[in-house]
Amino acid sequence: MGPFGLTPLKPFNRGTMIEISGLSKTFGSGANAFTALDDINVEIRQNEFFTLLGPSGCGKTTLLRSIAGFVDPTKGSLTIEGQDVLPLPPYARPVNTVFQNYALFPHMTVAQNIGFGLEMQDRPKAEIKQTVGEMLELVQMTAMADRMTSQISGGQQQRVALARALAPRPKVLLLDEPLSALDFKLRKEMQIELKRLQSETGITFVFVTHDQEEALTMSDRIAVMSAGRILQIGGPKDIYDHPAERFVADFIGDTNFLDATLQSVDGDVATVTLPSGKSVAARAVQGGSQSGAVTLAVRPEHATLTKESGLLDGVLQNIVYFGTDTHYHVTLDAGSAFVVREQNQPNAGELCEVGDTVGISFEAGVGQVLRD
Amino acid sequence: MAQASDTQATRRRWLLLSPALLILLFAASGPLLIVVIYSFLTPGDYGGVVWKFSTDAWFNVVVERDFFDDTLSFSDAHLSIFWRSVKLSLMTTLVAFIVGFPTAYFIATRPKDKRDIWMLLIMIPFWTNLLIRTFAVMEIIRNEGVVNSLLIGLGIIDQPIQMLFTEFAITLGMFYVYLPLMVLPIYAAMERFDFSLVEAAYDLYASRWRVLRRVIFPIVKPGVIAGSILVFVPSLGAYVTPRVLGGGKQLMLGNLIELQFGQGRNWPLGAALSITLLAIVMVALIVYVRAAGREEMSHG
Repeated sequence: MGPFGLTPLKPFNRGTMIEISGLSKTFGSGANAFTALDDINVEIRQNEFFTLLGPSGCGKTTLLRSIAGFVDPTKGSLTIEGQDVLPLPPYARPVNTVFQNYALFPHMTVAQNIGFGLEMQDRPKAEIKQTVGEMLELVQMTAMADRMTSQISGGQQQRVALARALAPRPKVLLLDEPLSALDFKLRKEMQIELKRLQSETGITFVFVTHDQEEALTMSDRIAVMSAGRILQIGGPKDIYDHPAERFVADFIGDTNFLDATLQSVDGDVATVTLPSGKSVAARAVQGGSQSGAVTLAVRPEHATLTKESGLLDGVLQNIVYFGTDTHYHVTLDAGSAFVVREQNQPNAGELCEVGDTVGISFEAGVGQVLRD
Repeated sequence: MAQASDTQATRRRWLLLSPALLILLFAASGPLLIVVIYSFLTPGDYGGVVWKFSTDAWFNVVVERDFFDDTLSFSDAHLSIFWRSVKLSLMTTLVAFIVGFPTAYFIATRPKDKRDIWMLLIMIPFWTNLLIRTFAVMEIIRNEGVVNSLLIGLGIIDQPIQMLFTEFAITLGMFYVYLPLMVLPIYAAMERFDFSLVEAAYDLYASRWRVLRRVIFPIVKPGVIAGSILVFVPSLGAYVTPRVLGGGKQLMLGNLIELQFGQGRNWPLGAALSITLLAIVMVALIVYVRAAGREEMSHG
């Protein structure tokens, strides 16, 4: 049982929490018009940790603010548990937000901040007191209850902001880059903490970030956004291993892009011809072309370097040692660059030297054909 | 050696302090002391004072001796003027707050480059001569003035409404004259206000009214306190506005004091009334600041 008397739902019996369809938002008009959201369609499930990932200006915060009620979409629909919430003001929506700058009330104590939402809902005093106590415990801030918010550290303010947003037991918690102001170590701690709170409370989290690592480690599903559009929605492994578009592959992790020719597509499997003339099986993309020139994405760690000729051949240009692994920069015979990442093994000798002619290989199904 | 440099440092410190000390001595403490001394002297026949100790002036602040049979009674005239001064000053402060707070909010929520223009518009009347501004108000509210002419012209009334030479006129005039003093400090507090707190409160189920009362107001309260003091204190001692708009019928403390130094030829009484005004201001400030501070404590 979670602290709200709710048992977190198992993934298989998750219903729909938020349904967004055809949502668009244009700021300004005429020549100055700026489209922040362009035909957004997404379904967010109950008790899901859903992340909106993208570079700054991609519309992820506008989408979050549309859910919260601070942005009035130009068109489209937005329902929470089947209820149309677009006509509702922010204070009538069953969602709470953790703001990027926390926005804690400076004239109230930690406990008063946490109790504010409940007080505004006119809950009985005894209930407020009890819930605030539970919340303080949940975020381990009981000792700080009577401090003013200016007297606590950034990490503690972050916890208070979380507790304040969780206290009214919203159906959905919206988090707008809540960890970006924290230092590296604290950010790692809070990532684990957030994940714990999400599974303990059974509340749906919608998390906005530009940090791909944060998105990969915490999310159940990720929506990658760019220029007001959602490019791809999927689990972290899905998004990382099988990016559908060049932007997604480029934004998340490091990727090698190869110009290839599509020979045939059979379901999920595509056969492509590499610049070296050799053929390999790769993963096909949904809705992509059936033949012709395509781009193939291969992750550096999915490829291996050999002294013999491989799928691709080239000259080793540079070796960069990273401790846990080593990056080999190769110039392919076709002229483009390719990076291979090998994990370092103890007692292993030098594999190759700069200037060597080397081969690059990767297994069938590792490469991903991108939608163009 | 160390002692010598100590003496030197002390001398240097006094030298640097001297401008401030001189101002305090000649511009604040000195005149005040003269007023206190005058209040304990006997009035001269043609104004001025005779250097003879007397407590009559202080006596006359609240008590009057009957001209014919020497019986004593409370000076109703003085008390009603005290009361009117306090009442109209409180009204002025209240109206200035009711108008000034939304004005400051409006300006603070404009885009940054537009705020200065709005502030300029608020400040321009303040740079105009006080007498001219007061006559402008007179022109608007007198019987043949803008408001009455308009209402008669529209057929809403047939007789002009008597607004000039009433307490209403004085309050309106003081409100108009001192409004910028309310807007400025509230605006200064509002400009520093973090409006993401408003979003946070909306998000936490607070209605507009509750956002204003529970989040915005408590945070900009120091500005409201400063503005109230800046309006209340000069209102209490106002002289020109009640003189012009009260028409000599509705006296306030400032007019009463002027009367004693002028026609009344009773400088000691004028001095005693001045000190009384100062005392009222100080008591009012202490009560107000204490009350504001206590509320702060109970709200955390």
